[in-house]
Amino acid sequence: MNILNGSAYPNNGVHLNKRHRKAKLFSMLCSLVTWLGVALLGVLLYQVSSDGFKWLDLQFLTSFPSRFPYKAGIKSALVGTLWLISMVAFIAIPIGVATALYLEELSGQGRMNRLIELNISNLAGVPSIVYGIIGLAVFVRGLALERSLVAGALTMSLLILPVIIIASREAIKSVPMSIRHAAFALGATRLQTARDHVLPASYSGILTGVILALSRAIGETAPLIMIGALTYVAFLPEGPMDSFTALPIQIYNWVSRPQQEFHQLAAGGIIVLLAVLLMMNTIAIVIRYKTERKYK
Amino acid sequence: MTMGTFRLVKKDCINNRGTRWGESLIHCGLALCTLISIVTTFVIIAILAKESFGFFEEVSPVEFYFGTRWVPLLEPSSYGVLPLVWGTLSVTFGAALIAIPIGLASAIYLSEYASHRVRSIVKPLLELLAGIPTVVYGYFALTFITPLLKTVLPEIQVFNALSGAIVVGIMVLPMIATLSDNALRSVPDTLRQGAYALGATSYEVTTQVVVPAGLSGVMASFLLAISRAIGETMAVTLAVGATPNMSFTLLESIQTMTAYIVQISLGDTPAGGIAYQTLFAVAGFLFLITLLLNVLSQWFLNRYREVYD
Repeated sequence: MNILNGSAYPNNGVHLNKRHRKAKLFSMLCSLVTWLGVALLGVLLYQVSSDGFKWLDLQFLTSFPSRFPYKAGIKSALVGTLWLISMVAFIAIPIGVATALYLEELSGQGRMNRLIELNISNLAGVPSIVYGIIGLAVFVRGLALERSLVAGALTMSLLILPVIIIASREAIKSVPMSIRHAAFALGATRLQTARDHVLPASYSGILTGVILALSRAIGETAPLIMIGALTYVAFLPEGPMDSFTALPIQIYNWVSRPQQEFHQLAAGGIIVLLAVLLMMNTIAIVIRYKTERKYK
Repeated sequence: MTMGTFRLVKKDCINNRGTRWGESLIHCGLALCTLISIVTTFVIIAILAKESFGFFEEVSPVEFYFGTRWVPLLEPSSYGVLPLVWGTLSVTFGAALIAIPIGLASAIYLSEYASHRVRSIVKPLLELLAGIPTVVYGYFALTFITPLLKTVLPEIQVFNALSGAIVVGIMVLPMIATLSDNALRSVPDTLRQGAYALGATSYEVTTQVVVPAGLSGVMASFLLAISRAIGETMAVTLAVGATPNMSFTLLESIQTMTAYIVQISLGDTPAGGIAYQTLFAVAGFLFLITLLLNVLSQWFLNRYREVYD
């Protein structure tokens, strides 16, 4: 290290002021750049709301999409998203939490476990569009589920499963060993310990991770386009086998049209989408805050 | 690995301390859930490989990987993937050029300079930025960044690589900032105090002690962000257009690998045709690139992690 042998500062005393000025400048630059990032968030939100707010009314929420911008709404997209996300939650949460519980509490710490861990973190890095293609090949074509809600929900579940597993494992890991040891000492089996002590203790962390994973699923567009969620749907899905559209798909459809009005409609849809996401994030934060148990 | 997986499940299903049947049943169920994530990996690889091989029976791999013309849908067709790769690389390179310096500087500010209060405000804001769906970034590129660029560069096209690069840069920035921040904060304070005691200024401590000490995490965050930029789909589809070409100016419309996949799947492509198979060949290539980057990033984390105790 240069500092240790002094070679970096041959004229230490002479340039002291210069060095301090440099440090000051550097810290100012770093802070400036950070606030630039935050400002970008502000610009983005401002741009969206200045475009979209005037379209945001009850009619927008309760109308089907239309060729005429002033008649168009997001009813089918909103309902589709609600269907989709409930189904994804139903499929992905039990499997994800079970996997995390198994890996952390029940399986040993052998090589196999490490391989699975590596595998899951790689799955988390696979681009969402690849999941879309797999969904197209396996669910839409292979299992002949067509362009249905089930196909979309299964694809989306595969996509967020690694996220749920990783978040749940972190939460389970943070439960101190002493809790487990106490349970074991009283004669509980590993499963009883996991079910009665570890799971309740890591509950809030798991819930937070799950909500964040679901909010990722709400915003994902590419996999749904791949499995062929329709861009124009003027009916509401009535069962899991119906075709559907979703909020991000509707937004994509409107943004990709050349007319200004549709861009503004897209902005309206974005406001609704961001509001839903913000709500979920707030719930996650509140849960974390309210139920956080501190172990010493 | 399959054999090992089987043994793992078998062990938990049968050999579980003899007596408790209900418990071994649950054990077995949980192990099966774990199996799903392994099966997913195999299914991804198997499907991409199978359809890609089908494609490579029609088109030679040499033409695919080294060809410079990508005209899959019109006659005379040509299946050189390089223009798509070029599109992806130029967007990714531009995004990295923006996100890496800004992201690292933000991470340095958050971990070294910011007060606890500022940090507790800025970091959630950055995480909020990371949570915004990518289609929203596409909208932002089309309605804000491109018009802004047009005032500076009047000759720019409506769809152009530059706005794609900028918007993807903004998108991966929070990822670099928060992950690098975590890496820098895990550098123990004793190192900083040692350097300060030797008379170093804050700039020297940061650039010569803290950043080198946290370099493995910082590099890992760069690689993850690049991998994310390569796989990014909706923002680039909306921003860069659908013209595969190998132009050097960033002002023209290009097409990335992901944007091509979206373009094909928006049309109703029949299963089994060559256009359908190109999807898998391109996606397989994409999968390989991102996998390589992710593995490299993990390797960085493990190989160069300095352990302080």
